[in-house]
Amino acid sequence: MDVEILSRIQFAFTIMFHYLYVPLTMGLGVVLVIMEAMWLKTGSPKYHNMARYWTRVFGLTFAIGVATGIVLEFEFGTNWAAYSRFVGDIFGSALAAEGIFAFFLESGFLAILLFGWNKVGPKLHFFATCMVCLGAHFSAVWIVIANSWMHTPAGFRIEYRGEIMPPGFVPTADQILNSRAVVEDFWAMIFNPSSMDRLAHVVVGCWQAGAFLVISISAYYLLRGRHLEFARTSMKVALIFAAVASLLQLATGAKSADGVTKNQPAKLAAMEGVFKTQSNAPMAIVGWLDMEKQEVIGLQIPGMLSILVGGSTNTVVTGLDAFPKEDWPPVQAVFQFYHLMIAIGMALIGIAWFGMFLWWRGWLFNTSNPIVRLYYGVLVLSVLGPQIANQSGWFTTELGRQPWIVYGLMRTSQGLSEVVKANHVIASLIMFTFIYALLFAVFLYLLNRKIQRGPDDEEESEEMPTSWVALMERRKGQARGAG
Amino acid sequence: MLDLNTIWFILVGVLFTGYAMLDGFDLGVGALHLLVKKDEDRRIFLNAIGPVWDGNEVWLVTGAGALFAAFPMVYAGVFSGFYLPFMALLCGLIFRAVAIEFRSKEPWGWWRQMWDLGFSLGSIGSSFLIGLTMGNILVGVQLDATGNYIGGVRALFNPYAILLGFTTVALFAMHGSIYLVMKTEGELQAIVRRWVNHTIGLFLFFYLILNVATLIYAPHLLEILRARPWLIAVFVLNVLVVLNIPRQNHKGNDFAAFLSSCASMALLMALFGLTVFPNMVLSMPNPELSLTIYNAASTPKTHMIMLIMAIIGIPIILAYTVSVYFIFRGKVKLTAHSY
Repeated sequence: MDVEILSRIQFAFTIMFHYLYVPLTMGLGVVLVIMEAMWLKTGSPKYHNMARYWTRVFGLTFAIGVATGIVLEFEFGTNWAAYSRFVGDIFGSALAAEGIFAFFLESGFLAILLFGWNKVGPKLHFFATCMVCLGAHFSAVWIVIANSWMHTPAGFRIEYRGEIMPPGFVPTADQILNSRAVVEDFWAMIFNPSSMDRLAHVVVGCWQAGAFLVISISAYYLLRGRHLEFARTSMKVALIFAAVASLLQLATGAKSADGVTKNQPAKLAAMEGVFKTQSNAPMAIVGWLDMEKQEVIGLQIPGMLSILVGGSTNTVVTGLDAFPKEDWPPVQAVFQFYHLMIAIGMALIGIAWFGMFLWWRGWLFNTSNPIVRLYYGVLVLSVLGPQIANQSGWFTTELGRQPWIVYGLMRTSQGLSEVVKANHVIASLIMFTFIYALLFAVFLYLLNRKIQRGPDDEEESEEMPTSWVALMERRKGQARGAG
Repeated sequence: MLDLNTIWFILVGVLFTGYAMLDGFDLGVGALHLLVKKDEDRRIFLNAIGPVWDGNEVWLVTGAGALFAAFPMVYAGVFSGFYLPFMALLCGLIFRAVAIEFRSKEPWGWWRQMWDLGFSLGSIGSSFLIGLTMGNILVGVQLDATGNYIGGVRALFNPYAILLGFTTVALFAMHGSIYLVMKTEGELQAIVRRWVNHTIGLFLFFYLILNVATLIYAPHLLEILRARPWLIAVFVLNVLVVLNIPRQNHKGNDFAAFLSSCASMALLMALFGLTVFPNMVLSMPNPELSLTIYNAASTPKTHMIMLIMAIIGIPIILAYTVSVYFIFRGKVKLTAHSY
């Protein structure tokens, strides 16, 4: 195997592993903010125990997220040196901004969130939780902006041999190593055509991951008849969160697809399996691409894609035939990952809203009902849904960008480190495989242990600091006075 | 008036100095970790750095990000050129990070021993590789016209760089032991306090050999010294600051000893920066191919944008970093949510 494919596998593998934990920390971060806010509002120890328990789960995912995140920042330089030289002016500053505005915030207040229960008051603790959650979201902002620029570059000019070239200049293969993208309009670079759409889609995907983790563990307790009070309340919080996020995700996804249609037509054609430029383009629900005959075999809605793209069946959708074959992304893979993501996204909407329906009818916690029990079984597994959908979504967008590393400007093969040899990358790839397999095994083991151990159920949590207990009593008194 | 390139050279230096001062002590605690055998003592060590190590590592992440943005040619050249040592560094950093989190989750002896080993070796290895990298940059590496390192992996493990690697391990161990004196009490503190003299001795020993080695392996540094004789003053000040540490330690001024240690790290980094400036990566044997703060830089516009970000961001960062350290000041007390 050559260096290019090895470096791509290594980057994909390390970022996928990292991205198992990122959505959980962002989603759980929001859940923690909600739970602590409810504790502060009601003073009920139930919410305090909930916040405590989910913080422990959060701490575990956060630690692995941090440890695996630093790898990615190094890999731009180690494996993609030519790319780093080409985009340093732009991509580098977004990455540095992520450090300055997100990582410091997150890690500083994380100390208080995890270890500050006895050191600070409840309000400061709540503030710290909010800041950790905000920091995680800031981090998403900057990295998604940087990544989006690779898809829809804007606000830059190409500098070739020290000379600024006219707008629209695309360096040839001979010129690329002496060229670089330099910032011209900072805000146009930040708000490049796809960054806000993609940011919304990514953030909501992370919320779903956190919400369904809480749902899954709560459903497990309810099925087993353990920690019922805790599980019911957690379930309610997470179910509302999941129901809202899943619907929102439909909207952000539609907006993103809209942007792809405008800015990356080759990617859209691959996502939908459109080989020939045509009006009345169908939309596939499921299918397999026959790459020989260049057609979709499977279930399709006639004309639907044209309607979605332009509002009428007469809208012409650009097909892959509009692009030279060397500029095609890996069509089959993009198509399949895209459809997997859509299918799971729809299923998650169904699962969340079915739960809301049960709740509305008063059946949600009727665990003697076989349908509810079956539903809980689905909920226990539902934690995998957002994870697979998030990963598939990234596969869709990043494979859909190929063969470009910066869309339309620099090819992936041109971005490699010239001095790194295949056997070096094999060595590091083997290293990461071993380390991550170990980490994943330990993570599953420890997560399972936390689940089996469960939260503290006692009305008076032994861990609660005395100053906090006093505040809780006061809140209770107020509630009684009001009632 | 300083130009933007010089300002960013200083700012990147400040970020890496922050990293050395802060993560330096928790890497040092890792290096010393296996020297105590009692489980409770090891837990005290881990919890001494527990709330802060993650924030400390952010200085490295942000430093590397700033290097990428301000001097992309240096970032690309060094990170790709030092591929295997940097992968090993990542391995070390990952292991020590997760070991802190995982270690005390199970009571089994083998489990704790395994993660203790991971934490300690990861810390020592990371410190060594950081020193090795700095050593190579000081002694010079073979670059091509693009700024790629073409000297091969084996050349990175030259005697000078290895010596600086060991010096860095000793330096961080010294810094870590001084930090631990502040965070421990009683019998354990008495043990750690004795370590301080040994780690200082070890560091000064390596530092002395390093200076002798400079005469042999890096004669070009002597030429710089001849051109910038005031560097001697920084060096002497540095040695005096290091010698102040055992004095404060003996008097029981633990915080003063720690500040002294921080100052010695800052002076070492300043010495490094003032020596290489305006080069960032020295090319040997073709010095004209060196990556400098000018030929390796991104555009002035990016420097300006990032300077604005830094001016907004750094005061806020310092404010809550100090707050967090203040909240977690004092001796370690093991509780239910400790590591």
